[in-house]
Amino acid sequence: MKAADFAYEKPDSLDAALALLADPDRDASPIAGGQSLVPMMNFRMAMPELLVDLNGLDELRGISADAGGGLRIGAMTRYSALEASDLVTERAPIIAMALPHIAHAAIRNRGTIGGSVSLADPAAEMPALMLVLDAEIEVQSAKAQRRIKADEFFTGLYETALDEGELVTAIHVPAAPSGRRFAFYELARRHGDYAMAGVAIAGTGDALEDPRIAFFSVSDRALRARGAEAALAAGDVEGAIAALDEIDFAGDLNADAKTKRHLAGVVLKRALGRL
Amino acid sequence: MSGPLTMFDTPRAYIGQPVPRADTKRLLQGRGKFIDDIQLPRMLHAAFVRSPVAHGTITGIDVEEARALPGVIAVYTGADIAPHVEPYVGVLSHLAGLRSAPQMPLAVDVTRWIGEPLVMIIAQSRAVAEDAAALVMVDIDPLDAVTDMETALDPATPVIHAEMDSNLAWERTVDVGDVDAAFARDDVTVVERRFRFGRHTGVTLETRGAVAAFDPSEDELTFWYSGQAPHMMQFIFAKHLGLPEENVRVVSQDVGGSFGIKIHTYGDEIATALAAKLLGRPVKFVADRMESFLSDIHARDHVVDGRIAVDADGRIAALAFDDITGIGPFSMYPRTSAIEANQVLNLTGAPYVMENYRANAKVVFQNKNLMCQYRAVGHPIAMAVADGLLEDAAHEIGMDVVEIRRRNLIPDDAYPTQSASGMKLDDLSHHKSLETLVDAMDYEARRAEHAKLREEGIYRGLGLISMVEVTNPSPMFYGIGGAPIASQDGATIRLDAGGGVHVSSSVTEQGQGTNAILAQIAADVFGVPIERVKVTTGDTRTTPYGGGTWASRGAGIGGEACLQAAQALRDQVLEVAAVILQSEPGKLDIKAGAVVDAEGGAERMRLSDLARTVYYRGNELPSDLKPELIATRHYRVTDFPFVFTNGAMAAEVEVDPETGFVQVLNFWAVEDCGRVINPVLVDEQVRGGVVQGIGGALYEECVYDAEGQLQNATMADYLVPMAFEMPDIVVKHVETPTKTSVLGAKGAGEAGTGGAPGAVMNAVNDALRPLGAAIHQMPMTPERVLRALGKV
Amino acid sequence: MSDTRTIRLTVNGETGSYTVPVRQNLVDFIRNDLGLTGSHVGCEHGVCGACSIEVDGDIVRGCLMFAVQADGAEITTIEGLAESDRGAALRSAFSARNALQCGYCTPGMLATALDYVEAGGAADRAAIRAHLSGNYCRCTGYQSIVDAVCDVIEGRVEA
Repeated sequence: MKAADFAYEKPDSLDAALALLADPDRDASPIAGGQSLVPMMNFRMAMPELLVDLNGLDELRGISADAGGGLRIGAMTRYSALEASDLVTERAPIIAMALPHIAHAAIRNRGTIGGSVSLADPAAEMPALMLVLDAEIEVQSAKAQRRIKADEFFTGLYETALDEGELVTAIHVPAAPSGRRFAFYELARRHGDYAMAGVAIAGTGDALEDPRIAFFSVSDRALRARGAEAALAAGDVEGAIAALDEIDFAGDLNADAKTKRHLAGVVLKRALGRL
Repeated sequence: MSGPLTMFDTPRAYIGQPVPRADTKRLLQGRGKFIDDIQLPRMLHAAFVRSPVAHGTITGIDVEEARALPGVIAVYTGADIAPHVEPYVGVLSHLAGLRSAPQMPLAVDVTRWIGEPLVMIIAQSRAVAEDAAALVMVDIDPLDAVTDMETALDPATPVIHAEMDSNLAWERTVDVGDVDAAFARDDVTVVERRFRFGRHTGVTLETRGAVAAFDPSEDELTFWYSGQAPHMMQFIFAKHLGLPEENVRVVSQDVGGSFGIKIHTYGDEIATALAAKLLGRPVKFVADRMESFLSDIHARDHVVDGRIAVDADGRIAALAFDDITGIGPFSMYPRTSAIEANQVLNLTGAPYVMENYRANAKVVFQNKNLMCQYRAVGHPIAMAVADGLLEDAAHEIGMDVVEIRRRNLIPDDAYPTQSASGMKLDDLSHHKSLETLVDAMDYEARRAEHAKLREEGIYRGLGLISMVEVTNPSPMFYGIGGAPIASQDGATIRLDAGGGVHVSSSVTEQGQGTNAILAQIAADVFGVPIERVKVTTGDTRTTPYGGGTWASRGAGIGGEACLQAAQALRDQVLEVAAVILQSEPGKLDIKAGAVVDAEGGAERMRLSDLARTVYYRGNELPSDLKPELIATRHYRVTDFPFVFTNGAMAAEVEVDPETGFVQVLNFWAVEDCGRVINPVLVDEQVRGGVVQGIGGALYEECVYDAEGQLQNATMADYLVPMAFEMPDIVVKHVETPTKTSVLGAKGAGEAGTGGAPGAVMNAVNDALRPLGAAIHQMPMTPERVLRALGKV
Repeated sequence: MSDTRTIRLTVNGETGSYTVPVRQNLVDFIRNDLGLTGSHVGCEHGVCGACSIEVDGDIVRGCLMFAVQADGAEITTIEGLAESDRGAALRSAFSARNALQCGYCTPGMLATALDYVEAGGAADRAAIRAHLSGNYCRCTGYQSIVDAVCDVIEGRVEA
């Protein structure tokens, strides 16, 4: 199970990386932490012609506070750095809550937030966290930079709003209003596995104003449960669970769509209990 | 104890002590010697093109592009190697009626499971071999695949082997007493259940692998492999590659887990040896993880319809069941794929007094990977069926599950006796084991606690198992049926000039601690410090002839051979010492590396002095003294087909009725493996086995789709037990030595894996009972538990 | 033919320059090119943990990094631990508890356990099990490994 052959470049600037990725003649793939890409390459399910290693790009690393009370997280910031960051715990506590559930220490030492967001694995935690945080994904191509709201970013199974040649460069987490509360709950058969169903929720104050509910591992992508949010905003927990019927549940090896539907209700209820 | 005093009536320096294994030091410093660690000059690497369809006719194979790839040395199809290999058929004469079809290392005309090797690539590196494999074009006309074992015998189902009239490989029925009459009695309560046991596989962390080297000048094959039975493989290579047996050397060094997976004949390994022979260069094949899932033998896969009748006193009036099991398209060579079903018939209900017993097993072919013997062959099915029915029956009649066992287990003073299926039983301790278990787990207190917790909406359950375990097999197991599998083992012990001792044994080391217990026995019985004992195992060129590691036989059989060889060497050394010291052998003893006075223990002569005198200065000895400082003894079990051990286990689980998740909170295992040579090693065998059993009960399953495609051939998708979810396991011992040997040791390797699944299933059902639900399908996944609860 | 690169790295204190195919993963390089076969390959897709090694002070999966990505890195393998005496207490605890049988998971397990111990982890069985939860062991059932880690943290073992 050895990766198929490829060419390798490790650019030392973002511009150089974007130029390599923009080459229309080569099937190029960026590699961030590689914790999802390399297994796919070893299985020969991914066979890029050119691997553009982003690990030399210090400019894409780091966590900084923005003046408005939010956070900027460089795309190449590793999970282990997020775990170690007081700033993350303070300004995006839901990320800190979720991190221990994401794989294992050795994986978190390499895996990056930008890699996970770009891959858009429906079972991964990070895309759902982006939705709940109302984050913006900063992306750049050789030509332009733009920001995409998380709500518009995850478009399908491993599909995102990224255009050809665009790279995720940072995550912007807006400041949470005072009294914003978060909870996270997932059901994984083994610690660190992808969940059978998981949810991240946020709401402000006792009344859970402006609630956000984002599920992962229940459908083809991380998604918000807007009907449930509306019910919750009205203080109707049972109604929120009932409203999950709106989700297009997709089964996997561990649970069919019906089971996912059931478990989605359970994780939502339990997450609410943790608020 | 009755009978004469033995060496074990006084505490021994090593036997029975928790002596650390010498091998751990090496392994903890990265100095293990596993297959992929072997690098030989000019070594090549093999990769295989495997069948992408479950059943089909091979109509063409285009290897030209692969052959042309730089770095590729050779490409072989099934047709290319057919002239060089004698086909093999996995049948044995004592399994009457068992049939299979001739098999070749690479499929020739028809492919019969997804993962069957079709083409072998030999290249300068594994990566290049894989590149070439991707360039091979195989044309296959698909045939209907038989994937559902439950319909494999239906007339409408296609027959996999054209020369046969059906997909039935083997059938056996045991019918004892009058079962129908017993079930018809009006004073009995009858419980019927359908049990399903999913397919598992071993997932040895070191995958299967081999390095084959062939020396044409001597017509000699050396085959290093990660395996359990070097002498068996020596025979197989000799027979099927046309070599004199003595020209085949098979070596097993460190083996990264085996569990029965590495005791079979795999086409890719035979092909690797053949490639080395054809090319005259060393060839390495190490299966990658996906190949392991597709080609390592699978196990279990049973559907059992069982019923039990108990009277109002809880006594078993009758037990009956029908078992169907799918084994893939062939019976595995040379052990056959009928043994598991055979053991299910032999072992179900064997702990209990039972007069009426009927069991039928049908073993069927299907287009999935082959199924064969894996740790605790047949045991988890046999134990879960009998004790699952028994516990359910206990609840039906309102009797405690411990009490119903007390009323049915064979009394501890009833031996020798036999089971309903006709198994000879001796030296067992079911009642003592059960009481030890009940005591260790604080049974009554836990029951009370569970009742209280239930009121708070917490659903916990206890499940028990009383079990037997097949160990120390005799020639009745395989040899009688014509298999090239030794049931006897040998040990050679040599006193070296420096006063150290060298043991070579035909049992092999897979991490269970064979080398350590042989050293303990040799040191103790011969009389040297354990640091002065070196052990060699796993090399057909240097060890005595024997069976290797399987069916928990290393300690009981290999250990006894070692004990006898050590005693023989001791007698020989004392004879020489008596001459040198002008004493009598009976007045001397060997202790801590020296010849001493038997009375008083005064040191008379260091063993090194004695050995040096014999080896270097024979002129000092009388000319009629012919000293032998080496002794070999062999041992086999006679009078019994196998030596049974027994045990009792219990699981405590908590079921989350909203999610279907099952957490094993506690586990207790009481094991009677006879003489315990090293308590730490036995405890760890039991614990590792229990966790493997929990894996089978809750996590592990080879999931196939209707086309015969394995859906979860990765470690991300096939769930093995990991550290976080596993409980701590309390292990207790009852020691009833077997009278079949001086050492008195039986095996301990199967117990946990054999007993834990049934215990966990009973515990889950105990927890589910107040909710009106039950589950008899393993693995008991959250989704299946939710279905049982009617939640999804 | 494979694209190659020349990398310079330090493994177990020894610095060298090596030409590697860019597609070769780090653990294959360490095993096959450097002959340090103590690190094991179990699944090649990042799940089993057998190939866990220390790169610049952090444990990583050796099968999920290409050797070329380790250019400039400092790497410690099980052989390096043994030479430096780091982890000596864990090694003796593993031996005393028989916290290994076949020994195949041991290099990765030891690296992961050492990571926990050196970070000042508590003798909390659930926390230890969580930290080890990415390392598969088929033989032991894990309990003896947890015991060994607790022995070291609670000072019951002499190195």
